[in-house]
Amino acid sequence: MKKIFARKYLGIPYAVFLLLFVVAPLIVLFYYAFTNSTGHFSAANLIGFFTDSNTIGTLFYSLMLALAVTVVCLVIAYPIAYVLAKSGFKAKAVVVMLFVMPMWINFTLRLTALKEILTAIEGNLAFHPFINSVIGMTYDFLPFMILPLYNAISKLDGNLLEAAKDLGAGDVQAFLKVTLPLSMPGIVSGVSMVFLPAMTNYVVLDMLYNSTYIMGSLIGSYFSAYDWHGGSMIALILLLIICVFTLISGSAEEDEGQKGVLL
Amino acid sequence: MAEKYIIELKNITKTYEDNGFTAVDDFNLQVRKGEFVTFLGPSGCGKTTTLRMIAGFDLPTKGQILLDGQDIAQLPPNKRPINTVFQRYALFPHMNIFENIAFGLKLKGLAPDVIAKKVGRVLEMVDLEGFEKRRVSTLSGGQQQRIAIARALVNEPKILLLDEPLGALDLKMRKEMQLELKNMHAQLGITFIYVTHDQEEALTMSDTIVVMNGGRTQQIGTPEDIYNEPKNAFVADFIGESNIFKGIMTGHLKARFAGGEFECVDDVDEGTLVDVVVRPEDVIMTPPAEGTIVGKVTSVIFKGIHYEIAVESGKYEMVIQSTKSAKVGDEIGMKLDPDGIHIMIAEDHTTRFEAEVGDDLNLEFADHKITCDLTKLIPGSKITDGELRDASGEKIDTDKLKVLVSIEPGDIQMSDDEDAGLTSGKIINLIYKGDHYSYVVRTVHGHDLIVDDEYLWNMDDVVGLILPEDKMKFAIKK
Repeated sequence: MKKIFARKYLGIPYAVFLLLFVVAPLIVLFYYAFTNSTGHFSAANLIGFFTDSNTIGTLFYSLMLALAVTVVCLVIAYPIAYVLAKSGFKAKAVVVMLFVMPMWINFTLRLTALKEILTAIEGNLAFHPFINSVIGMTYDFLPFMILPLYNAISKLDGNLLEAAKDLGAGDVQAFLKVTLPLSMPGIVSGVSMVFLPAMTNYVVLDMLYNSTYIMGSLIGSYFSAYDWHGGSMIALILLLIICVFTLISGSAEEDEGQKGVLL
Repeated sequence: MAEKYIIELKNITKTYEDNGFTAVDDFNLQVRKGEFVTFLGPSGCGKTTTLRMIAGFDLPTKGQILLDGQDIAQLPPNKRPINTVFQRYALFPHMNIFENIAFGLKLKGLAPDVIAKKVGRVLEMVDLEGFEKRRVSTLSGGQQQRIAIARALVNEPKILLLDEPLGALDLKMRKEMQLELKNMHAQLGITFIYVTHDQEEALTMSDTIVVMNGGRTQQIGTPEDIYNEPKNAFVADFIGESNIFKGIMTGHLKARFAGGEFECVDDVDEGTLVDVVVRPEDVIMTPPAEGTIVGKVTSVIFKGIHYEIAVESGKYEMVIQSTKSAKVGDEIGMKLDPDGIHIMIAEDHTTRFEAEVGDDLNLEFADHKITCDLTKLIPGSKITDGELRDASGEKIDTDKLKVLVSIEPGDIQMSDDEDAGLTSGKIINLIYKGDHYSYVVRTVHGHDLIVDDEYLWNMDDVVGLILPEDKMKFAIKK
């Protein structure tokens, strides 16, 4: 019998791609992380990570930074997304576009411009590293928070709000009991779109005030000092942290989605 | 006050600010406690808007809504002891059934055990005991609708509003729910206000039906009244099947229509123009010699409990429902019992508008010129040197002069070309009147024009309206 072309063969290029560029590098990463310079198994890198005050400090600082950026983005984006989604304003697509449009301009160009503005206001940016990092990243990531929130809120059935008010809820209660929980999927995806990149982004700090006090820069510094083993371990630990975070937010999102199938 | 009403709507008008559209126009209604009132009408007739104003989702532009004598027209929905069952259920998808039903009770701050008891009782009432922990999305449409009803009823509202609650259900489920709702209404004694476009549903369930069209009340009455004594052609056409003819009273209790003269029971002055409604089941088929009018059978359709027979008699068409059959092509006679004829005094359907006098002493209306000889309207006047002068030679100030133009429904023509005539509009209603269709065309300026045309156009068609100048009548506005 002649073998006919099956649809599953279309998956081969992707499988090859994944093997070459995802699985293989991960194996290499693992290998370097748990070996020493002589090529023997070693846990020294792991112990080193947790005993070195510089790595732990950087990790903590990055976490705090990412958290602050996420919170600030959420606080700014939710009201914007809410007003845009709820208004009967005819040109609202244009306004949404205006918020998203900065993404079309080159990222480094935007940061350079922001740096000039901030310098004009503050003087030396390195005096307020944390705040400036938050400003830079918020400026960069805000559209990623607005879009999913806008989508989630505009999908909300207006009848549900009316039903809540009909049953005795005031505006605030209707928002807390209906709008907010139902926009949770948007919040979750917005948070993961901002938090994860904010953890590892080093360009913003580097460009604003030449700081390397963030995970991305730290890994880079290990590799440029030819300590591939130590660098791999940091990368691996960061990967695990992000993995855990993704699983948590993913399961939260799934909860929302699965309401259709769960008994 | 002679009688106490639970809710009274007084001169309620709703005009939307953004487009100036009047959805509800001077609506008046009085509802007694425990009554089952239905708002019935085609889509866009204002029934849902009226309901939303009672619920508090829309605020009336004008008028009062009195609940037990208190004006609540401007109160927000959460301050009204009224609950709503929504067309698409509007159950909260992120809560289970218990949380959905308990929503209103929790807001009132009732104790958890009281809430649990009340929820259990109302679930029992809608026959869904044990559903507390289920997710909304696991329920069928019919079950969701029951939960929506339970969620509203558990708050023990003074009035329950139902906005086409059965619209999304299939026919069999709809019939079942109709009966259940009626039973619930009888048991609870709560006032129900129900919105539907389904005339059968309205006839089955209601104590009182409010027939609405174009934002206005057409008739308020019991189902029997509305069916047997429709107040106008619209109501007759909307409720049940009917033959509608234009006619004229030819004597005491005598009317001429559909090519024959019939005795009737409505006492209307001789010479009055009337609309006549004849229900298909009231037409009696006879041998040709015994009929008041005769006609030829053009189609016969078996409908289960009766045949539907279409008969052509001259230029008129009559539809008959009868348990007796007939053959296509047969000559048959038709007669009518006097009480099978419903006479309604015809409404004045003449279109009237005001035109201004232009510089060339012709009329102007909406950027169109209308040729009109002004000298014929003002006795003794003359046009000299392009100026209008009265009998004594004084110049008449044409800027202040307004001319009333009127034209009969049968003289207006409709065209596919929107720009063909003076104005254009959308067909919002049509009624077959035996030998022609009577259309209501809502113009772009929001005016309703009645147009008679022998050809069939469709609902929502956008048409150009041609008003022939030779058919217009002119008069000077005083």
